[in-house]
Amino acid sequence: MVGGSVVEAALTILLDGLQFSSYLFIVSAGLTIIFGVMKILNVAHGSFYAWGAYTAAFFIGKFSDMGLPDAMGFLIIIAAAIIVGVILGFIIEQGILKYMYHRDEVLIVLATFGLFLVLEDIILIAFGTDPYFAYQPMALLDAVEMGGIVRDVYGLTLIGVAALVAVGCWWLLNKTKWGTLLKAVIFDREVGIAMGINVPLVYTLTFIGGAILGGLGGAYIAPTISVAPGLGTEVIVLSFAVVVVGGMGSIAGAAIGSLIIGILRAIAVHELPQVELFVVFAVMAVVLVFRPEGLFAPAKPRKI
Amino acid sequence: MFNDKTAKFILLAGLVLCIGGAFAPNWIVNQFMFGFARALAILGLMVLWRTGLVSFGHAFYFGLGAYAVAILDIELGVTDVFLRLLAGAVVAGTAGFLVGFIMRNYRDIFFAMLNTAISMVLFGIVVKTESLGSTDGFAISMSTILGFAPESKYPLFVIITLIGLTSALLVNFYLKTTVGKLTTAIRDNEIRVEYLGFSVAHAIHLKYTISTILAGGAGALMAMSLGQVDPESMINWTVSGELVFVTILSGPGNVIAPFIGSLVFEVLRTYAFELAPQAWQLIMGATFLTIIFFVPGGIWSLLEKLGGKKNAK
Amino acid sequence: MQNNPPILEVRDLLKTFGAVVAAKDINVDISKGEVVGIIGANGAGKTCFVNMVTGYLAPTEGSIKFEGKELIGLETRKITHAGISRSFQVSQVFHSMTVSENLMIALAIANNKGAQALSLMDTPELRRQLDGVLDRYKLEDHKDSTVSALAQGVRKLLDIAMAVVSKPRILLLDEPTSGISVEEKFDFMDIVMGALKEDGVTVLFVEHDMEIVARYVNRVLAFYQGEIIADMPPKKALADKKVQEFVIGKEHHKKKK
Ligand SMILES: Nc1ncnc2c1ncn2[C@@H]1O[C@H](COP(=O)(O)OP(=O)(O)OP(=O)(O)O)[C@@H](O)[C@H]1O
Ligand SMILES: [Mg+2]
Repeated sequence: MVGGSVVEAALTILLDGLQFSSYLFIVSAGLTIIFGVMKILNVAHGSFYAWGAYTAAFFIGKFSDMGLPDAMGFLIIIAAAIIVGVILGFIIEQGILKYMYHRDEVLIVLATFGLFLVLEDIILIAFGTDPYFAYQPMALLDAVEMGGIVRDVYGLTLIGVAALVAVGCWWLLNKTKWGTLLKAVIFDREVGIAMGINVPLVYTLTFIGGAILGGLGGAYIAPTISVAPGLGTEVIVLSFAVVVVGGMGSIAGAAIGSLIIGILRAIAVHELPQVELFVVFAVMAVVLVFRPEGLFAPAKPRKI
Repeated sequence: MFNDKTAKFILLAGLVLCIGGAFAPNWIVNQFMFGFARALAILGLMVLWRTGLVSFGHAFYFGLGAYAVAILDIELGVTDVFLRLLAGAVVAGTAGFLVGFIMRNYRDIFFAMLNTAISMVLFGIVVKTESLGSTDGFAISMSTILGFAPESKYPLFVIITLIGLTSALLVNFYLKTTVGKLTTAIRDNEIRVEYLGFSVAHAIHLKYTISTILAGGAGALMAMSLGQVDPESMINWTVSGELVFVTILSGPGNVIAPFIGSLVFEVLRTYAFELAPQAWQLIMGATFLTIIFFVPGGIWSLLEKLGGKKNAK
Repeated sequence: MQNNPPILEVRDLLKTFGAVVAAKDINVDISKGEVVGIIGANGAGKTCFVNMVTGYLAPTEGSIKFEGKELIGLETRKITHAGISRSFQVSQVFHSMTVSENLMIALAIANNKGAQALSLMDTPELRRQLDGVLDRYKLEDHKDSTVSALAQGVRKLLDIAMAVVSKPRILLLDEPTSGISVEEKFDFMDIVMGALKEDGVTVLFVEHDMEIVARYVNRVLAFYQGEIIADMPPKKALADKKVQEFVIGKEHHKKKK
């Protein structure tokens, strides 16, 4: 029994950690793709997440009130991510960022911080300050017992979704013509232009793609949390930690970064709750100090 | 020559403010206290900004300064304004000097991010530590001035104003020295600065330390003005963002700019909040974007344009 | 000239970047007061040599002594303090500042080292020095122009003037005339070399233009694939078979392209 409980505790930590890593990865993948291609560290990415969560929670609630089947929830989650990503991504990239590409990287970060403030408040105006609960999809999937512990299935599917996103990104980058072009732009924008790639279009699509991932992270997590103001504020620094640890601009880095931070945080939550936030940023700081380019920094062209 | 004008203006403004403050209604005095307390931090960030460095984590030092006041109050019952201010500035400045050994090698977003990371480490510790007040923070007792317990806020206002303006004079002087002039130059071309014979790392270390002393002092003054500290409004990354926001709003043109910019920020925030409590961040964000796009020199450059027309020689 | 101890002694210098050999077996003595031309095709290792002498790049192996003191391991600014300065192939100046501001900073750093850096920069003494530099390098007309608005030639002059204010005893110029029109190049070099001769500075300059080399230097170092293939007076060098084939031939080839 004693031995059993240790195993159970370890399993709980592992699964909690994986789940946490999964949602971090989905969000951070979007952030890191945008950074890799466009060299924009997008603070407003936290808002994509919050918008995804609110949109999904709102419609899941609405549909449920209308008596539609709960399984629709999954469709809503995907639709919410796409709608949020396409609309916000398009408006922001075309309306604002497009005019900033020639400016300093840091200034662009500041502009996205301004956008973040704006988007946070539009959420409040659109959805109000009361929290939303969209538990239906989670309730639908029930729970399973595995290795002596009970887990809800919905949380486990999150791991699957993250794996799908990872494989999808890998496939897109390495197995398609699109990926080859994208990698050329990532390596060096000028080279991309010289190769005749329509860089502005690549930028727009990349930003929308990244925004969809941000929205998906929020939409998928929505059923498991109370969707309330301030969601994006916490997520954005966590994703910064993830991409910094992994190496800004690298998908594999985002995966490793998410795993490290997700599992460390799960261990902290269960074993030493006081250090829950501390460990995340301590790891971020340590990586920045000893390996500022991150654990998996993508190759850079020589500029001299 | 222009800089002499700056110094004279600062002295005059100090006089006017201190006299005017005695007759001003309470809410105006408050706005000035908050504004000038924050301006101290902005002054330091301005020096970094001129050098091309943006810290997205100076709430670390701001928070250290504020919490130094709170902890001294609770543990030792220290209430004197000057001791509190000194403590805030020394704690933050010492931390800044030590962190500066690492930070001086970082630029651009790496500089911004490492500062964020460090500030969030402190945030993570404070939020989860009961003895540090956790998410609620602490209330701080009224400050005394060399043994006197003032009955109104006016004396504290005078002190904050004088400290703010003294710091502005000092920074104004610093910016005229050789190291002080190495701001735009470092931003433009570090290689040349090194080849001229000056260590860029040393110059940045000094600037960084100055900015952390000022941020710590600002945090201490803010804690005293508000009468409380808490992690959400003193240490979280959004506070760092706010400081950067005010820096850009003010503009890098002159040491007076942070004071004007911070006042505008206080007023903007108060009114935006009263007009549209749900949309004040929206108004701030939109203002920020407008400044970045259309007024890169900040409020100061607008004032300069106005003044330039009048004072045309 | 041969009797004086050399001011710069370079021994067995080697520099590799992975498989690329940028410098190999470089052994040179430079005497005080010499004007040395460094020639070589693109990628021959000329800039690399300048970078190593000034501490910007650490050699893989070898030694560089200035007035008997080892330079390897010193940072660029320490080498500047020691008395070696350089200009750059692509001007390295403060592009958002005016010519005067650029020079003021250069002068202030040259005058105020260490703790003095905390003294006021803009002093009457410094202004006087500034006027002197502006005058010698014919920069008066441009003194209030922002660098980014300047013509290439003026920027090059400023780049060199900034290198000289620290009163170096050795000055390395990396392609001083690149980007300067054919009509102006001699006037330009007259200004620069005239000013340097007054101060008795030892000059090494990298140059692609053989007319300039023939006119201003009294010794030529020819680089080919990181090695010095000729070290002789300019007349002899320009007639040398190897130099013709590996340096001048390549230059012609380049110009045709
Ligand atoms: N930082 C570096 N990393 C890798 N290789 C380098 C680096 N710097 C120089 N090289 C290589 O070393 C060789 C010599 O370069 P160098 O710049 O010294 O040539 P150069 O003679 O100055 O040519 P140019 O006339 O074009 O200026 C070249 O093959 C170059 O590619
Ligand atoms: Mg070269």
